[in-house]
Amino acid sequence: MIRALDRKLLRDLWRVRSMGLAIAMVVASGIALLVASLICFDSLETTRDRYYARNEFGDVFANAKRVPRWVAGSLDELPGVDRVDTRVVAGVTLDVEGTSEPVNGRLISLPDSGRPVLNGITLRSGRWPDPGRAEEAIVNERFAQGHGLALGDQVFAVINGRRQRLEIVGTALSPEYVYAIAGGDLLPDPTRFGVFWMARRHLATAFDMEGGFNDISLSLAEGAAPEPAIVELDRLLEPYGGLGAIPRAQQISHWYLQNELTGLRGMALLMPMIFLGIAAFLLNVVLRRMVAVQREQIAVLKAMGYSNLRLGLHFTQWAMVVSVLGGVLGIALGALMSAGMLGLYMEYFRFPDLIIRWSWGHILGALLACGAASVLGAAAAVKSVVKLPPAEAMRPAAPDSFQVSLLERLGLRRWLTQPLRMVLRNLSRRPARAAMSVIGIAFSASIMVLASAAMDSFEELMQLQFNVVQRQDVTVTFFEPEGRAAFYELASVPGVIEVEPLNGASVRLRNGHRNRQVGIQALQPDARLQRVVGADYQPVRFDRAGLILSRKLAEVLAVEPGDTLRVEALQGTRPERDMVVSATVDDLMGVSAYLEPEALQRFLSDTATLSGAALGIDPAARDSVYAALKGMPVVAGVALQHAMLENFETFVAENVNNQLAINLLFAMVIAFGVIYNTARISLSERSRELASMRVMGFTRAEIGVVLFGELAILTAAAIPVGLALGYSMLAGMVAAYETELFRMPLVAEPATFAWSSAAVVVAMGLSAAVVRRKLNRLDLVEVLKTRE
Amino acid sequence: MNESSNGVAGADGALAVSMRDVTKVYQMGEVEVHALRGVSVDLEVGGFMVLLGPSGSGKSTLLNILGGLDVPTSGQVLYRGQDLTRADEGELTQYRRRRVGFVFQFYNLIPSLTARENVELVTEISEDPLPAPEALDIVGLADRSSHFPSQMSGGEQQRVAIARAIAKRPDILLCDEPTGALDITTGIQVLEALERVNREYGATTAIITHNAAIATIADRVISLADGRISRQHVNETRAAASTIQW
Repeated sequence: MIRALDRKLLRDLWRVRSMGLAIAMVVASGIALLVASLICFDSLETTRDRYYARNEFGDVFANAKRVPRWVAGSLDELPGVDRVDTRVVAGVTLDVEGTSEPVNGRLISLPDSGRPVLNGITLRSGRWPDPGRAEEAIVNERFAQGHGLALGDQVFAVINGRRQRLEIVGTALSPEYVYAIAGGDLLPDPTRFGVFWMARRHLATAFDMEGGFNDISLSLAEGAAPEPAIVELDRLLEPYGGLGAIPRAQQISHWYLQNELTGLRGMALLMPMIFLGIAAFLLNVVLRRMVAVQREQIAVLKAMGYSNLRLGLHFTQWAMVVSVLGGVLGIALGALMSAGMLGLYMEYFRFPDLIIRWSWGHILGALLACGAASVLGAAAAVKSVVKLPPAEAMRPAAPDSFQVSLLERLGLRRWLTQPLRMVLRNLSRRPARAAMSVIGIAFSASIMVLASAAMDSFEELMQLQFNVVQRQDVTVTFFEPEGRAAFYELASVPGVIEVEPLNGASVRLRNGHRNRQVGIQALQPDARLQRVVGADYQPVRFDRAGLILSRKLAEVLAVEPGDTLRVEALQGTRPERDMVVSATVDDLMGVSAYLEPEALQRFLSDTATLSGAALGIDPAARDSVYAALKGMPVVAGVALQHAMLENFETFVAENVNNQLAINLLFAMVIAFGVIYNTARISLSERSRELASMRVMGFTRAEIGVVLFGELAILTAAAIPVGLALGYSMLAGMVAAYETELFRMPLVAEPATFAWSSAAVVVAMGLSAAVVRRKLNRLDLVEVLKTRE
Repeated sequence: MNESSNGVAGADGALAVSMRDVTKVYQMGEVEVHALRGVSVDLEVGGFMVLLGPSGSGKSTLLNILGGLDVPTSGQVLYRGQDLTRADEGELTQYRRRRVGFVFQFYNLIPSLTARENVELVTEISEDPLPAPEALDIVGLADRSSHFPSQMSGGEQQRVAIARAIAKRPDILLCDEPTGALDITTGIQVLEALERVNREYGATTAIITHNAAIATIADRVISLADGRISRQHVNETRAAASTIQW
């Protein structure tokens, strides 16, 4: 049997169901985000860990120029090493039918017998290549899908200027290319980067690697740290052109995946807290009003002998029901959302199978969080219930006391009509509640700003990188440092309008125990295409004497202008020298060291430092330029400006609008929840005065000013706060994403602010429209007959 | 004496409001409540009328219909020839705004406005109002004009409500149990204020009350019972509010 007090609870819930529902939606949004992030995090992490374990993904990776096969034996002896795999890996340009543009490819050797020891691939279709057949290859699945390649189709790899036919006999996935991104790109482009696995003996022959290898992967024994192995491996590979070993944490695919997981965890912590905090505030406001309205009922119940505990619990239960309803809804919504999110993740992160994971612990945690929010929200109301003396409470409450508001005291008084004074005084009577409403509404604006401005910043990064820093149409990289001849060869290609040499070398920079392997670039002081540009958009001026470092690199190496670094070349005769850091530059992509060309030449004492070239081409002659580049033996890779921009635009079109729509929805839920509840409470508190005004002859529109004026003021105050909050959240995010791979500039377009503000105003309009219906139904006679 | 329906011809002079055969039926859930069962009442211009009756007699309904807060189920209500039963929502609002002043049992002041501002709330939307200080002076509260309702006694609050009601120079002043929440001393102060407004400004005044003692200060007294007029009479002489006792 339901007790009488519980019946009252149910009826109270029903009576203010629209407010309860609005709060439940705020809770549901927060819990949905929490659950979705946690399911995605758990699923992606489990999927990744199992995949890595099953396919024996390496712990340490290294490249060298050429290592004789006999060295492989000593790799086993390195500290902590469990298993070793050596391969031949080569970057090539690919000629794919139906695509005039050169495509970047990576050829990776498969053992002539057996399967790879580490970094095993998972065959998705077809078969393994026949070691006896040079042309057979397995291609990564995403590339095959991107180009519509089927088993038996062929592509051509340009190896030493010769087109070598590759026949696709299988498609596969690899733990090394979960996020298959080419170096220097910001986004994976499935059509522009292909990975091929083929029999080692043929690949070795093509690249003069017979009896040797150029790629090493190590797995470590359980619990072994990678650093000792890396130090020893670098020492071992030094005579063979070692380019510096990296731990798994720096492996590019893994890095992006890890970055995403970290972001998910952050989202799982931060966003739900915001939503639940707002829900607790709303519960607090509604419950306090409920206690005020039911003051006499509470007194009677106390007089009848109900304990404070029982009555306190009664009001807490109301909050509990609302937030647990929101919680359950949120869990269901979150599970649905996670399916969508995981689907999207699977577009960019490729695993052979997705293991969907969710823990009952997390579900329980979500419900506990709801419970905590409701207890927090109910606390103040319960306190006032407990404090209410029954005898006094049976008499009507004293009229609310007001005073002249601050704005009026500042001299605005005579400009204000009575309704406006009512609005201002009502707000200033409960400054804490007004402030919380402002903060609540502000959060909704900030969520919009964050989502939209993150895109602005990313777009700015792209624009800056591809319109200001790199103004070339094509970036060519060479296999080996070349001399002037390669430069002239490029310049002579018909359709090439402009060529700029890119001089660079691989170096290791050392400051004590800190070190980084980076490219040192020499840029012409008068460069027009590839430039070094700071955050101020101005090309950096080169100081003859010193080394200029990316600011991020200087931070990593803990050096400042004026400090000295040890620079060790990783090519040629491997010279070493101390150099003074003359300046840092706020560049956005990668980390580099820059040197004046002659200084670099002197340092390397090598004639050949030309690592590539930047080309400006005639758009009409694109195809013939591409054809020429595909045929040049020295060319290892070709990056096309327009392809990167198009890929970025596709990414924006496919994902960003969805993301914005979801954020808009959440922002609207918060804004509506806060504004609607504020309006309803206000209506409840002031129905008497509004009815009195109607009786006096005020029109509906005129009393609307009193009610909606308050909402308008709260919203108007919240918008700038929300925009500022959103901007600082963006600043936090930009700082969090400041990595060695890229840094986002802090940019928010005026349109972002305008849209975010508009969304809040629309939410206010919606809330006002709903409350307006209630206002219109205000029963004048009834309200006036009852005492407050 | 048990005259029903048709009112007797009152004092000379024009009618401010004339109600004819007014009925009002409320649907309360599944029950029909007959609040008024064919009531005819005339309010003479400048008259002072008291409507007496126990609770449930229909007196508040009558007042609400007179004041344009409610419309009858049948019958006719004429305000200076204008048929209020055919007026729409907007016209009734304008009627209340220009012609009617209300005083309620629970004062219904706006707590966030001072006494003077409560009066100005009305004067700001009226065509030819009394200045707010003057209206407060009439009820003897000139010195309390900057006090908020929470800083005033019940009697003072009710007098502010009267000042607010008369500030628009209403044709009709309708008071629903104006002393119902007050003790005798403050109640008399309030009645004195109403008396003065009626006398000096000529506002047609109707007070509803269940307190028969108040009837002595009226020109005319109408008693209601069960939705009908049970009795009405004209006082030969009006007693002064200060003399009444209850």
